[in-house]
Amino acid sequence: MTPLWPPIASHYAARVDGLIWWYTLVVVLLTAPVFILMAVYAIRYRRGREADRRLKRNSSIVIETSWSVIPFLLTVAFFVYATVLFFNLHNPPANAMTIDVEGKQWMWKFEHPEGQRELNDLHVPAGVPIRLVMTSQDVIHSFYLPALRIKQDVLPGRYTSLWFKADKPGRYRLLCSEFCGTDHSLMGGSIYIMRPDDYARWLRTAGADVSLASRGASLFRSLGCSGCHNGQAGSAAPDLAGLYGKPVPLADGRTIVADDQYIHDKILTPNRDVPAAWPSAMPTYANQVSEDQILELTAYVKSLEGSNGGPRS
Amino acid sequence: MTTAPWVNAETPEEKVSYLRAGHTLRSWLFSTDHKRIAILYLLAISFFFLIGGLAAAAIRLELISPTGVFLSNEGYNRAFSMHGIIMVWFFLIPSIPNTFGNFLIPLMIGARDLAFPKLNLLSWYIYVIGGCFTLYVLIMGGVDTGWTFYTPLSSIYANGHVVAVVAAVFIVGFSSILTGLNFIVTVHKLRAPGMTWGRLPLFVWSHYATSLVLVLATPVLAITLVLLAAERLFGLGVFNPALGGDPLLFQNLFWFYSHPAVYIMLLPGVGVVSELVAAAAHKRVFGYWFVAYSSIAIAVIGFLVWGHHMFVAGQSPYASAIFSFLSLVVAVPSAIKIYNWTATLYKGSISLDPPFLYAMGFIGLFVIGGLTGLMLAMLAIDVHVTDTYFVVAHFHYIMVGGTVTAFFGALHFWWPKITGRLYPLAWGRVAALLIFIGFNFTFFPQFILGYLGMPRRYHIYPPEFQTLHVMSSAGASILGLGYLFPLVYLLWSLRNGKPAGPNPWDAKGLEWTTPSPPPKHNFEQIPVVTEEAYAYPPLGEDST
Amino acid sequence: MNGDLIVHEPYAGVEQQRAADYMGMYVFLGSEIMLFGGIFAALFAVRLLHPHAPFVAAAHLKIWLGTANTAILLTSSLFVAAATVVVREGRRRTASALLAVAVLCGVAFLCIKGVEYRIEYLDGLMPGIGPKQSPIRDAPAALIIDLYFISTVLHAIHLSVGVVLLGTLSVLLLRQDPAAPPSPITVVMAGLYWHLVDIVWIFLFPVLYLPRP
Ligand code: HEA
Ligand code: HEA
Ligand code: HEC
Ligand code: CUA
Ligand SMILES: [Cu+2]
Repeated sequence: MTPLWPPIASHYAARVDGLIWWYTLVVVLLTAPVFILMAVYAIRYRRGREADRRLKRNSSIVIETSWSVIPFLLTVAFFVYATVLFFNLHNPPANAMTIDVEGKQWMWKFEHPEGQRELNDLHVPAGVPIRLVMTSQDVIHSFYLPALRIKQDVLPGRYTSLWFKADKPGRYRLLCSEFCGTDHSLMGGSIYIMRPDDYARWLRTAGADVSLASRGASLFRSLGCSGCHNGQAGSAAPDLAGLYGKPVPLADGRTIVADDQYIHDKILTPNRDVPAAWPSAMPTYANQVSEDQILELTAYVKSLEGSNGGPRS
Repeated sequence: MTTAPWVNAETPEEKVSYLRAGHTLRSWLFSTDHKRIAILYLLAISFFFLIGGLAAAAIRLELISPTGVFLSNEGYNRAFSMHGIIMVWFFLIPSIPNTFGNFLIPLMIGARDLAFPKLNLLSWYIYVIGGCFTLYVLIMGGVDTGWTFYTPLSSIYANGHVVAVVAAVFIVGFSSILTGLNFIVTVHKLRAPGMTWGRLPLFVWSHYATSLVLVLATPVLAITLVLLAAERLFGLGVFNPALGGDPLLFQNLFWFYSHPAVYIMLLPGVGVVSELVAAAAHKRVFGYWFVAYSSIAIAVIGFLVWGHHMFVAGQSPYASAIFSFLSLVVAVPSAIKIYNWTATLYKGSISLDPPFLYAMGFIGLFVIGGLTGLMLAMLAIDVHVTDTYFVVAHFHYIMVGGTVTAFFGALHFWWPKITGRLYPLAWGRVAALLIFIGFNFTFFPQFILGYLGMPRRYHIYPPEFQTLHVMSSAGASILGLGYLFPLVYLLWSLRNGKPAGPNPWDAKGLEWTTPSPPPKHNFEQIPVVTEEAYAYPPLGEDST
Repeated sequence: MNGDLIVHEPYAGVEQQRAADYMGMYVFLGSEIMLFGGIFAALFAVRLLHPHAPFVAAAHLKIWLGTANTAILLTSSLFVAAATVVVREGRRRTASALLAVAVLCGVAFLCIKGVEYRIEYLDGLMPGIGPKQSPIRDAPAALIIDLYFISTVLHAIHLSVGVVLLGTLSVLLLRQDPAAPPSPITVVMAGLYWHLVDIVWIFLFPVLYLPRP
């Protein structure tokens, strides 16, 4: 059976569909005259056929202006709506549940907040906003969920994100849509959108192994981070407790928010953004840790509660 | 045999024509006559069209079954990469400018040749050297990066002959630059007395706009490819995030060239269609100045929209919004052209000979391709359909439905001028129809496929998409057949066609005042131009 | 005034041909600017991503050699400019001498650049080759160094073409053969090219050598 329309699994998807329908309609209206008149003229003014061919003018500013401005204004209206939808996609709600995604030739790895891991298939609860924080171990991939009308490229060396709130439970396709080498067309699986209670059950059976953050904690020791970042007064490196999400004043005067990207870059290219009042003494771990491990380290840093709770100086 | 075997009866014009000014291979390969160089180009690009078309045939055959038919994963990747690379740089970009532009610009503006004839020949040789690199890569097994060469895939992970193919594209770029330079100077400095800018045929205007883009955009591609090759050869890291570089920088540089390059592929076709529409209607083009300036506007604004290829690539959403808006702006000059052509037909005296059928095919297909381009420019829609068959359908509608159709239109319109012979018009109409039908059959289903979520560059695909893929492949065989037709009857006409006479379509333009085929130096005497382009006599009896 | 042009095939007269030649040169130079523009865009992008990288990289470049080369190239442009003025007055011998000085400047530039490359080779700065490990630990700074090599090699290639061009003209101007004297136009156009190559360096020098924290 050939479907002629993709499944609609979220309110957002329905809005995108609405956009394309209305837009198609307008565009057809704008071009129908071209097709119809071309055919009519070709018949009526066919060479050799009797017709009234007297013509007053062969150029007109008024006509030219109207057929450039009117279609343009109509499309601008759609532009506004499409852009609003798009910005919505870039502003996840604060309470969204975060799932880490890692692309790798040629598979998808997922990690749930409680530490459950999956390969190529992703289980998510319906009705809950979900935010995907994604990165790649090698080349550029693109995470694509046609039923939700969303996609985002996944890059090595940086995080990109995507959020959605699915509302129709079911199993839908999950694909890689950026060409990534030999087995690009095999890089995919399914997304299972589940009722929340089903999801809770799934979480339990999927067996929560050690959580992300606790794996991060042991890495933090084994990689020697704790040697400098020991959280004690007078230590060689800043205390990381409570760092996540706080603004960090930098040595060059800028201020940056300590988000996933910041911690990621700190580990790989520590000299890029150096916090004020610290020497740039942190070594790079570029060739020692994998993107997986960075996710774990980041989870650990996030989990460290600020000792004094207030903003860091 | 003393005469060339492909021509028998000789008209008096043919005896003194450029075709007869020397019979040796040498007289062709070392000719600086723009008309002969145009023929050399025609042969070369036809060859590459055939190769690119064979790769397309392989792609369509492979996609008949959701699990693949005869290619490995790697083999399929190489097939579409070589298809894209060859079709874009070795066929479509040089297609209309280097054959028809080369042949016609001097004739249309009343000059004896291009400004720098030797440079023109040199640019053909550069093209051929680039072509040899491509053939080498093809024989060695191809490349698996896609035509877009995204890093770090191409710089580190790909297994194909990336450096060689990058060299091929780099080299052929210089051929483009030289051609563009030659056209610009020719149009500025070699117009016949009285041939003011306002009297230039629109074909010349659009080639002028194309040349600006060729000269200014191609060098950026060249340097980008140098950086890419250095990355692959010496481990440089400008595009490599592991070394502090940025893969998005590659995409920015690549599209900074490649978006303007799509207008390099479009504008010459637009110029052809303006000529065809005016000749079909026997009427001056409606709104001459608007059509002329809209080409320049496209060339200029075209430099500002490259980011619309990167909406989901990780660029800032604000940048995306700006690029999206500018993409709507760049559509306005295209709209102007379409509507003006339609208005030109109004109260014309419309001929339905093959060239004009192609022109109408162009208008219809380009409109569909352009409007789907506008859909892609809408952010929320692009997020869903980018990197799916929707995009594949969009650009084939413009590049194949538009430009290749215009190329065939030009071939049918100026063939009598180029060769001095008429071809059978009935067969021409059949071929035009076949190509139109085959084309829509091939590519319309791909819009649906794309919206359904079929990613591009997949050869193993979800089985629910098979029906549409089979339709598309069936259409492609009709299309391939359609393209074979002209090959047969045009070659046949060389020997058996009726002599065309100087102006078989009763069209206006300096090129039609010369004998067919034109003599070596184009004009006995440089003409003095006294009237506007397309000065057809009024059609209605008592119009004033 | 001698040195009239021989009118070639598509042209109706000397004036037209001269105008076309000029314009061709300008269009060519426009396209060259876009070529180097790509490299500057890359340098700019790295700098935006890693604001510290240019300082670290510049510290490893030999600023004195760079400065000397800047001075040399500026001087050469002066001589070329003088030559284009003189040749239009018909003083071909003087023009030839001026061009010869410019060529010497160009050669000096290339030699100094060669010395510089050699030092950098020994320091291990060259990407991929060299007797020892690069002293630069910082990846982004190494990127700037890589771009330094690409841009200066590209520039040196352009300069070598210029040297050959001016050298040939300088010799031809001396020849007494009246049949094919290089016309003043040719000299002026070669001069335009030389100035462009010079200007590219004027931009490369501060961007690469001068950044200081
Ligand atoms: C000749 C080639 C050509 C041309 C002319 C165009 C023209 C246009 N293209 Fe296309 N495009 C490509 C070739 C071309 N494109 C290619 C090859 C790709 C894919 C590259 C790859 O990834 O491999 C691509 C991809 C592409 C994308 C990125 C898709 C993606 O990967 O996500 C976008 C997004 O905005 C886009 C937009 C446009 C627009 C707005 C135009 C406009 O210029 C179109 C203007 C024309 C019209 C609008 C029609 C006529 C107007 C009317 C009939 C009147 C009505 C008018 C209004 C309503 C305003 N194109
Ligand atoms: C620029 C011009 C151009 C042209 C003319 C074409 C022409 C065609 N293209 Fe292509 N195409 C591209 C540019 C072009 N394409 C690009 C840039 C890509 C992207 C590549 C990438 O992703 O990197 C692409 C990708 C592409 C894909 C997507 C592959 C994928 O993403 O997996 C497909 C699939 O259907 C396709 C099909 C076709 C077909 C059927 C034709 C037909 O129109 C061809 C018809 C011509 C012939 C068939 C040859 C002449 C006829 C004969 C010699 C007769 C004998 C042949 C037979 C009997 C079959 N093309
Ligand atoms: C040799 C000592 C040393 C080691 C080992 C070290 N760091 Fe650091 N780190 C520093 C110093 C010094 C700074 C502050 C200057 C800077 O940012 O370069 C810092 C800064 C940071 C910051 C930013 C803190 C802020 O206040 O902005 C983070 C996050 C961080 N390090 C994480 C880690 C992680 C994770 C590891 C282990 C994988 C690690 N560090 C290992 C010395 C070290
Ligand atoms: Cu991963 Cu395609
Ligand atoms: Cu584009």
